[in-house]
Amino acid sequence: MTSMAATPLIRIRGVGKRYGSVTALADVSLDIHHNEFFALLGPSGCGKTTLLRAIAGFEDPDEGSITLTTGDTQPADAGEVDLLALPPNRRPVNLMFQSYALFPHMTVSANIAYGLEREGLARSEIARRVADVLVTVDLQDKASARPRQLSGGQRQRVALARAIVKRPKVLLLDEPLSALDRRVRADMQVELKRLQHEVGITFVVVTHDQEEAMSMADRIAVMEHGRISQIADPVTLYQRPVSAAVADFIGMSTIIPGQAAVDGFTALGERLPAAPSGVIGPALLVIRPEDVRLHADDPTDAAMGSLSGTVLATHFFGGTSTTTVTVAGLGRPVLATQIGPPAHRIGAVVRVGWPAERAIVLPDTP
Amino acid sequence: MPDRTRTGTGTRRPVERGLGWLRLPLIGAFGFLYLPIAVLVVMSFNASSIPFVWTGFSLQWYPTLASNPQVLQGLLNTLVVAVAATVGATILGTLLAVGLARYTRSVLLEAYSLAPAIIPDLVLAIGLLILFTSIGLTLSLFSVVLAHIVFGMAFVAAVVTARIGQTDPSLEEASRDLGATGPTTFLRITVPSLAPAIIAGALLVFTLSLDEFVIAFFTDGPRTPTLPIVIYSMVRFGVTPEINALGALLLLVSFTVVLAAQRITRLTDAL
Repeated sequence: MTSMAATPLIRIRGVGKRYGSVTALADVSLDIHHNEFFALLGPSGCGKTTLLRAIAGFEDPDEGSITLTTGDTQPADAGEVDLLALPPNRRPVNLMFQSYALFPHMTVSANIAYGLEREGLARSEIARRVADVLVTVDLQDKASARPRQLSGGQRQRVALARAIVKRPKVLLLDEPLSALDRRVRADMQVELKRLQHEVGITFVVVTHDQEEAMSMADRIAVMEHGRISQIADPVTLYQRPVSAAVADFIGMSTIIPGQAAVDGFTALGERLPAAPSGVIGPALLVIRPEDVRLHADDPTDAAMGSLSGTVLATHFFGGTSTTTVTVAGLGRPVLATQIGPPAHRIGAVVRVGWPAERAIVLPDTP
Repeated sequence: MPDRTRTGTGTRRPVERGLGWLRLPLIGAFGFLYLPIAVLVVMSFNASSIPFVWTGFSLQWYPTLASNPQVLQGLLNTLVVAVAATVGATILGTLLAVGLARYTRSVLLEAYSLAPAIIPDLVLAIGLLILFTSIGLTLSLFSVVLAHIVFGMAFVAAVVTARIGQTDPSLEEASRDLGATGPTTFLRITVPSLAPAIIAGALLVFTLSLDEFVIAFFTDGPRTPTLPIVIYSMVRFGVTPEINALGALLLLVSFTVVLAAQRITRLTDAL
């Protein structure tokens, strides 16, 4: 994917959208590359769905541009299409709706054929492609069923088939798994990823579920209040969040407010282990639960950090366990995850420490 | 209430049992509702020509009715009006409902669209009469059709609006997304997904138009009376068993249509 970085498939520049006094999108710019699995992640109301609908053509941005590269990945024959100038029915992108929006009065195969019929393809060609895509989503035996006769997972696969059968440049998916129950959801995460590889279509997924985004996407754009906070691959996002808000949203974390100086980070009157950051002044220290170490309180152990607290609760999840420790002076408890059952009992006094290089210092900007 | 707790095992609808004498108001209310109708139907089989003295069973009034040219002509006029008004009101009412749902969020406008169904018939009738005369429209069956479309489309709009509220708004967007133009989306997606409500609305208008008297009385021409007007003029010379027979037949038509409408709306909920 190295050469593709030069010509993004979708180029979004300075897109803004307001509803009255509410800003849904503010100066959003991002690139989506060929064959990428891209996720727009954020809490509800952060503008991610508005952005997706703007790409599909159901929202008209007040400002900015959204362009799509046509032709092949070679820069030579690549042209750019102004998506915003096209009505939704003429955009080479397809949207899979959160409700799936299957036509209730049509059979599964009629639903899938609908988009191909609009292209004016020959009947035999339509029949062949519908049959093919039914195999792809493993619904051959449901061709003549009605949507209401299908399970949630099957409906989702029909919606997916209806969209990919059009061979769009980009498939947009609005909260594709939110209507499914937990067990089916895990299967469909794997399934979506497999399909994306199989059909070779760029996927843009909107989700509020960070686990879903982390497990499926190649890159994730974290959105907040209509703005993009950070665009990165899942690992970078987790290990190098640019703000406490991103750190808080992606995975579990403990955030300790304090002061950063050239020689380290200070909170609660103590020097705490922290990675060098270049941040000076009010700062936040972010530590992931799996990096936190707990030791039975032993005043002679000077090597362990100087924070100590009381075990408030323990949770055993089978493979791992999480211990919640309250530290005097900290508003929120410190979380520590370890492999195996919890090693400390509730009420025990423990020392809390972590390797300095795993603790990220971020500027404390309200 | 000894067996109040015995609500029946496996009953799907929770029907209160063991009400005892508390059922009386229910029975009484139904009696009050249907006694006049029952009397009419029973008396239509009365052998006597005096409509309120039962002398024996007879079917004679039905053939008599069929040979009355006045009644037959009235029936024909009424059917013409009902069919034309149903077609007009269904098309316009559906468009009104879709337009309201798509292009406005005004609750007031929605209320106004339903007003002709609620405002007194007499007011609507007088208003239409004044309007028709002032634009120089000759009163005829055509003016009755126009008048019936006015209140009919309000009923259709009400039924279809309710259905739109239950329909997933992304269906139309999905159609557009898959490459369909606006008109194709309307015909292939919007209309079929609203079809049950459209049909139910049409049947409703048909039954309403069939026995509508006040508005037809004001907006009809003198030479083309609809059936209710014919009945009215017959009743002025006294109620005959013939009219009872006619009433019984109209009742049959209305009941059939209303049941059909209800059946169709229930089918759609299963969809």
